[in-house]
Amino acid sequence: MEFQPISGIWAIVAMSLKVTGMFTVLMLVVAYTTLAERRVSAWIQDRHGPNRVGPFGLLQPIADGLKSLLKEETVPATASRVFFVLAPMLVLAPALVTFAVIPFAAPLPTPAGVVDMIVADIPIGILYVLAFSSLAVYGVVLGGWASNNKYAFLGALRASAQMVSYEVALGLSLITVLMLAGNVTLTEIVWQQQQLGMWFAFPLSLAFILFVISAFAETNRLPFDMAEAESELITGYHTEYSAMKFSAFMIGEFGHMVTASALMATLFLGGWDLPGTWDNAFWYDGQLIKGFAADGTVVLASPALWKTLATFGGFAAKTGFFLLLFIWIRWTLPRFRYDQVMALGWKVMLPTALAYVMLIGGSILVLDEVGVPWGFSYGAALTAVSTVATVGFVFFLDRGRTITGAAAQYAQKVEVKTISQPASAGD
Amino acid sequence: MVTFLFYVFAAVAVGGAIGVVISRSPVGSLLSMIATLGSMAAIFVLLEAHFLAAIQIIVYAGAIMVLFLFVIMLLNLGHDYQKDLKVGAFSLVSFATVGAMAYVLSRQLGAADLSDSGPGAAAIDAAIAQHGVVGAIAQPLYTTYVVPFEITGILLLVAIVGALVLAKKNVA
Repeated sequence: MEFQPISGIWAIVAMSLKVTGMFTVLMLVVAYTTLAERRVSAWIQDRHGPNRVGPFGLLQPIADGLKSLLKEETVPATASRVFFVLAPMLVLAPALVTFAVIPFAAPLPTPAGVVDMIVADIPIGILYVLAFSSLAVYGVVLGGWASNNKYAFLGALRASAQMVSYEVALGLSLITVLMLAGNVTLTEIVWQQQQLGMWFAFPLSLAFILFVISAFAETNRLPFDMAEAESELITGYHTEYSAMKFSAFMIGEFGHMVTASALMATLFLGGWDLPGTWDNAFWYDGQLIKGFAADGTVVLASPALWKTLATFGGFAAKTGFFLLLFIWIRWTLPRFRYDQVMALGWKVMLPTALAYVMLIGGSILVLDEVGVPWGFSYGAALTAVSTVATVGFVFFLDRGRTITGAAAQYAQKVEVKTISQPASAGD
Repeated sequence: MVTFLFYVFAAVAVGGAIGVVISRSPVGSLLSMIATLGSMAAIFVLLEAHFLAAIQIIVYAGAIMVLFLFVIMLLNLGHDYQKDLKVGAFSLVSFATVGAMAYVLSRQLGAADLSDSGPGAAAIDAAIAQHGVVGAIAQPLYTTYVVPFEITGILLLVAIVGALVLAKKNVA
């Protein structure tokens, strides 16, 4: 059976459905991530969390939204009014549009043709995400500056310095992914992971770690929430904001979290790919193919509704995992000091990412020269190289503090116990 | 549709450029400049130069202008405004120069053949089909023009080192 891409009037219908559906789902996920944050933090701290509105507190986001809409909007008398109103919009817009280039399921066959499960499969893919996420800093900075409040301004200054610093490490860790995939569109990055037989988290483990750390810094989440730092700066850049404008900042922050999670899932955990080759699908020369046979001929894919649903479930699970990680880390780790944030960004992340780009670039060159075919053995060789680099990086970062330090402390405790007992018994 | 979008973004670009000059606060100027850069990127997209558009936003709007904003905010907390545009011989010369440039440009553009079927168009399409949007730029950059590219890199490195040396001197 031959599959053709959807065309004509049905393509416009499918596109409209995808855009509205994507927006609705994104807003719902953002709303329920705010609830998840409060519930999970409650469980971590042995509390109940919001559980009064609806079953298990499931209607809490709706109540919060209504409250934000009905509360009084305040604008400080000394604020620059235009920029003050503009800032929440500038935070919100990039967070909502970046999701457009992320593929979220296997192509769906319909009677009118195959629908790609991505809103906009543009040729620059990941660069589009970088471009719009780099604009997000303006909302934060303008919000802090326009409030005309010292604490808000300090938050804005910290935000701009931090986001510019970590964007460098983020981009450099991304370069290894682009080198390995050989392309910048996210559909092709997913396809290359399917062809490699393993997700990029293994052959590019150090890039994965650097990317996750940078993503935390870029979304201003703990331990990098220098811009808010409620115990130092009240709430930083949005101190003066109230009601729906404050909510817009919150939606922007959580929207960034959702996009960053989906991006990490796509780049390093195979996107919508599930283990096995049954779900592989990619447009190649006008045909939807599953892969290549040993003699180089194409094997046609067989898309199905259940495959689309299953892969969407896989994508949602991976994104959900990273969202949980965001929340989990926020309620586990304390905040960095500002100079520590800068030192980590410039003195650790940047050199490591640069060295890793060299290492992976060299390894890819060697593997290509030797003639290792693109497949599992290729990935395994890179995994071996990356594992050495990752272990070295973790031990350098640790420097005998946490991993070895905890072991040493434990050993010391045991030793003290065995010495002190006979001493007390002797008395 | 493309023509309509071009005029929309061209209007925003020109409006932003005027806004940079006439805005009362430096931050307003900066935002106008970002609007201009963004519209330029949109025009690049209309010309199917997607990579250039992305780089325009990432490098100029996303990184360099953030540093501008950083510096403006650090130096100018008080939202103050001083009029520094004085009518005199200097401004007259400036406006005359700009007018002359606009006249020459409009004459050139009026006479030029603006159809998109230049000699390079087919070659560019072939390169994009073979290497992709990014590869079409990367391929010549890292093969044919690798020496000028590396020299540019060294030039930037020298500039960075120079800036560091100057900054250190002032501290000591």
